[in-house]
Amino acid sequence: MTSWLESTARERVAGLLDAGSFTEFVPPEARLTSPHLAQLNQPAAFDDGVAVGRGMLNDEPVLIAAQEGAFMGGAVGEVHGAKITGLLERALAERIPVLLLLESGGVRLHEANAGLIAVSEIMRAILALRGAGVPVIVLNGGRVGVFGGMGIATCLCDLLIMSEDARLGLSGPEVIETTMGVEEFDAADRALVWRVTGGKNRAIMGEAVLVADDIAAFRAAIRLDPVPLDVEAEHALLGARLDRFGGMEDALDIWADLGIENPARVPLLDTDAFHAAIRGKTA
Amino acid sequence: MERLEYEFDGGAPVAPRNRPTLTGVLGSGNLEVLVEPADLGGRVRVEVQTAAVGFGAIWQAVLSDVFARWQVGDIRVSINDAGATPAVVALRLDQALSDHTGGGA
Amino acid sequence: MKEWNRLGQNRAARMDRAASLARGKLVAPGDTGALLARVIEPGDRVCIEGNNQKQADFLAKALAALDPADVRDLHIVQSVLALPSHLDVFEKGVASKLDFSFSGPQAARLARLLSSGQLRIGAIHTYLELFGRYFTDLTPRVSLVCAAAADRNGNLYTGGNTEDTPVIVEATAFRRGIVIAQVNEIVDTVPRVDIPGDWVDFVVQSPKPHYIEPLFTRDPAQISEIQVLMAMMAIKGIYAEYGVKRLNHGIGFDTAAIELLLPTYAESLGMRGRIATHWALNPHPALIPAIEAGFVESVHSFGSELGMEGYIRARPDVFFTGPDGSMRSNRALSQTAGLYACDMFIGSTLQIDLAGNSSTATLGRIAGFGGAPNMGSDARGRRHGTEPWLRAGREAGQDGFRGRKLVVQMVETFREHMAPAFVDRLDAWELAEQANLDLPPVMIYGDDVTHILTEEGIANLLLCRTPEEREQAIRGVAGYTPVGLARDKRAVENLRDRGVIRRPADIGIDPKLATRDLLAAKSMKDLVRASGGLYDPPAKFRSW
Repeated sequence: MTSWLESTARERVAGLLDAGSFTEFVPPEARLTSPHLAQLNQPAAFDDGVAVGRGMLNDEPVLIAAQEGAFMGGAVGEVHGAKITGLLERALAERIPVLLLLESGGVRLHEANAGLIAVSEIMRAILALRGAGVPVIVLNGGRVGVFGGMGIATCLCDLLIMSEDARLGLSGPEVIETTMGVEEFDAADRALVWRVTGGKNRAIMGEAVLVADDIAAFRAAIRLDPVPLDVEAEHALLGARLDRFGGMEDALDIWADLGIENPARVPLLDTDAFHAAIRGKTA
Repeated sequence: MERLEYEFDGGAPVAPRNRPTLTGVLGSGNLEVLVEPADLGGRVRVEVQTAAVGFGAIWQAVLSDVFARWQVGDIRVSINDAGATPAVVALRLDQALSDHTGGGA
Repeated sequence: MKEWNRLGQNRAARMDRAASLARGKLVAPGDTGALLARVIEPGDRVCIEGNNQKQADFLAKALAALDPADVRDLHIVQSVLALPSHLDVFEKGVASKLDFSFSGPQAARLARLLSSGQLRIGAIHTYLELFGRYFTDLTPRVSLVCAAAADRNGNLYTGGNTEDTPVIVEATAFRRGIVIAQVNEIVDTVPRVDIPGDWVDFVVQSPKPHYIEPLFTRDPAQISEIQVLMAMMAIKGIYAEYGVKRLNHGIGFDTAAIELLLPTYAESLGMRGRIATHWALNPHPALIPAIEAGFVESVHSFGSELGMEGYIRARPDVFFTGPDGSMRSNRALSQTAGLYACDMFIGSTLQIDLAGNSSTATLGRIAGFGGAPNMGSDARGRRHGTEPWLRAGREAGQDGFRGRKLVVQMVETFREHMAPAFVDRLDAWELAEQANLDLPPVMIYGDDVTHILTEEGIANLLLCRTPEEREQAIRGVAGYTPVGLARDKRAVENLRDRGVIRRPADIGIDPKLATRDLLAAKSMKDLVRASGGLYDPPAKFRSW
């Protein structure tokens, strides 16, 4: 067993793909680093925090991008974003499925508009792939989780695979607390943060497939089949969800409403026990 | 930010066909090390970009010890550093040179 | 006629003044300020129970709210100053003199109050030293203590956090002083009696449960590979070498790494049952995997730790627990165990000088050291022999028959932001000059330190025969710090040949194998799972 959480982006790529099959585009020795960070006198990584390339998964070709959460929280800068967008555009041209190994707090604030544009370009490229029926799969198991613009981008994809350690959200917990007050969301109550944004709640809400924190488990959950996109149906689903759960204060209330037994125990269940506990009781 | 450059008398040249290797991550208190084959007449060239200013003498001492341990030559070592301690630097360089050469010191 | 019961008569007068406020021993929370004003007299020595974790916070606030026109010039004799209210009493002029042990969170403000002349410091003690003075020249006249529950007769139940309560109450009650307890709840029958009711004069139910801080929880996710390396060196180069069974650990990540390597690395060396069996230690969550692996026979604790209650209750063979099932801690007795009945103390520090003196004191902060100086000192009066103690004595070449406690300082050569751990002169000296202290706040005296462990190696100071050798041994493990770079290379190589300095390679450790994969738990969740779900960490440590 190799922990996804403990691995670096490059270790995740190596562990996920068929052994030795990864070929990197714009590798570190190309030194395509962020021009903005240099101007701000900040250290810049050789790969700008993301590795992109091609490889094989069970002998099927895939394109792959992996964000490094330890470098600036995986934040998306201009170069970083361009590498991901370029990969997605190549996928469209070559009709090859894409694996996005995301770990990101969102836009890199140091790069301001360039980062914002980069994220919107990623979203547009994902939607183009959805329209063309080329699958994009997100794997989210890092310490940072996936927030901000990359959280939105994640929700545009065909399939989301998460571990319980990972989180998915739009605004981060601290941002919500700062803008809406501690009564709205107590960011220091980490158990609450994970109940709401963590992998288990995302799985119960039907947004993600939950796997154990193991690279092999992530690999086994990958399905390279496109999921047809029906925007109208998706909106109706989200509307119904808001009607049913919108007034609730805590994910615990939602889990109880769905008929999950002993909701307070859910956070501690291991993956197998969790799947057994929620079978037939997801949103 | 500070940019530092060092050169060391090398040892046995590393095979020029070895692929560049990247070891470590540029996270807080950490560093990444890029090792590439280079025709340097048997010498080792090290370039450091570091967020911690004013520690050139310590880098010199750490790197001297590392390349006294690793008798390698004809490599270019590029380091991005976010304030790693000498202990972490030495450990990461050992890993990087091991990754690059496929063996231990 | 000589009067032999002035203390008793004074006590009776105080009790008379307060009588109308109490029904039996119970005082309404709203009358707390009035109670304190009536029983405390100007110039009194007052002890507020403020220890590392459990805080008599409601009573401390009430004391700080008194009018200095009624109550002033108090002499506070208190082990730990943790809360803002502990210093408010000085700022407001209710109190003027302080004797204490530790002030971690309030250290900077304490230094400011001292320099502005708003308080005088008697001394900064070790815990045992201060407790000792409670029974000699610093006996409290009034003590404000803290418990989980009381019955109507004043019997107190402290739960796992007994901590300083027994020693404070004993000193106060048996010298005709007055003991006031704040409790979370009043019950018909307490689960067990930790403090007998006839030693307690007044009980106040506080509006909120007392404050408690999880001070000893270290998230394994934050342990670095360098700390893993140093933990391997400690286990193989010291624990296994001397066969250390009875010990105390510091509270940092360095020693948490050792705890998490016992079931993995130490097990692979065949050390289960041979090292680290008996502990004077708070219930560190990081110890759970070692307990579950059968390494640990007993743990006696200074205080409890939030979230560990259920686990402790389910492991009565390991922890000291009462008939009710909850832990009974006792700071004074566990410190005594650490001083006299442990063969090793190992902990971290911020600075070490060339004589081996170590200190966590930094400029602008007056913090003290609590218990570390008790555990980290040789008990020179010790009489019983154990192999590690006798061997350390032999290595030190002392008069033939006496042993030595192993006192190990474990530091990375540089802390974060490249601050060197090895220095020519401790900040403590400058601090002593600035604050006009009698002596510099040194945590562990150099002549008590037996080993210094860094990522560069282990310096065995017991084997050094001259001050010059000792200095070179320290420089030899000081790495790339200025102190380390100034070493005499030949002298250091000579010390290495003699085994005074041992590098990782000399003890058969390959630094490349020092990875986080060796940790028996890499996350808080791993600790919870190792405990079978019995450990219930506070919300701030969760990621699930």
